[in-house]
Amino acid sequence: MARTAVSGRLAWRVARLAEIRQETATARTLVLDVPGWPGHLPGQHVDVRLTAADGYTAQRSYSLAAPSDGDRLELTVQRVPGGEVSEHLTGPYAVGDPVEIRGPIGGWFVWRPTDPAPVLLVAGGSGVVPLMAMIRARRAAGSRALFRLVYSVRTPADLYYATELRKPYAGLDVTYVYTRELPDGVAGIPRRLSVATLNTASWPKDFGPTSYVCGPTAFVETVADALLALGHSPHSIRTERFGPSRD
Amino acid sequence: MGVITPGFTGRARGDNPRLPPGQYLTEDFPVLSAGPTPRVHLDKWEFVITTEKGEKRSWSFRDLIALPSEKFTVDIHCVTQWSKLDTRWRGVPVATLLGDLDTEADYVLAHSYGGYTTNLPLADLLDGQAWIAYEYNGKPLTPEHGGPARLLVPHLYFWKSAKWVRGLELATKDEPGFWESSGYHDYGDPWREQRYQGD
Repeated sequence: MARTAVSGRLAWRVARLAEIRQETATARTLVLDVPGWPGHLPGQHVDVRLTAADGYTAQRSYSLAAPSDGDRLELTVQRVPGGEVSEHLTGPYAVGDPVEIRGPIGGWFVWRPTDPAPVLLVAGGSGVVPLMAMIRARRAAGSRALFRLVYSVRTPADLYYATELRKPYAGLDVTYVYTRELPDGVAGIPRRLSVATLNTASWPKDFGPTSYVCGPTAFVETVADALLALGHSPHSIRTERFGPSRD
Repeated sequence: MGVITPGFTGRARGDNPRLPPGQYLTEDFPVLSAGPTPRVHLDKWEFVITTEKGEKRSWSFRDLIALPSEKFTVDIHCVTQWSKLDTRWRGVPVATLLGDLDTEADYVLAHSYGGYTTNLPLADLLDGQAWIAYEYNGKPLTPEHGGPARLLVPHLYFWKSAKWVRGLELATKDEPGFWESSGYHDYGDPWREQRYQGD
């Protein structure tokens, strides 16, 4: 199991908000400038710390949404009702404001652009964020590794990165699963992702794919179990779970 | 004090003395795992302790639950910043399993079904600090939370409480486990906020 070695102390660095991109009614991408950022691999995350005027601090972990690009980082933050950090980052947090960041963190749920194996990405809701970093890293590196993304959301309005994903890109297939409401003009009924969906959308196990699954706990459990049932080896399935309280 | 983020106030200050620095309280029980949840059949389950000299002791699940167990209520702290108070468990103290094993080891590498490992000092598993737990909230421990049995070391960050535990390897040298190899702290004391190497 090759992993990224992180040596030395992970220092807190000051990050300033450079740009905001609204993804949905309740989620936004924050483009941050972090001088001295050491770089990261797609799939890794960071810890974000906010400090109030009285010294109170709160910190949370967020996945990086884009590959390493000098001193620039992108996070996509979903507003969680009552979430003190996410409510600030999706609300009053304004261009030029500082936060503190440290990382990168995590060396297992990562994709390396030098890896030629086919890749299956399965996203539940905001779990698409680290997977999008992999898709963007593949494009930036000119990788020819074949990618498939299965992206499950409640309704079309909940899609992150919708415009970017709609553009055809050689070697990337996207399958959408809508659990509550279908897009206009699409026949059928909303349904949850099933073994049948994955049987069609995943790679044959003989191709030696790596599967990355990210989303809420129950979603990840269902998908990982389905991939096992389809014969994939447990070691080829990498997971990242978001507990319901995560903000 | 860190850099102030303008306009950030945060939630009401609870000043809960049971909450380590950088943690927040949660009522639910989030799950973090690196891969699929291993399903281990109780009839096939086995727990093995190996010493640095190669001596082995093993227990079936039936053996384990036949040992004197303890019910205990503890607070747990995850490195991803959530803490959960007053969680109720039942299990066998690790010291009971170690018994009178002859060892000069200072360290332990815990092994799990599924391949996960984590390293701890042996001293942190003794004196009522660690259990092999098989019940949570009065019910058999579910697979998502590490069942049939998990290591429980509540005074360290929760990744040290290896789910689906299948054995302890006693060693004279400290070998980094799964998360520790990718930058997480070798010890992981939540009160000293030892999240990552160098903290």
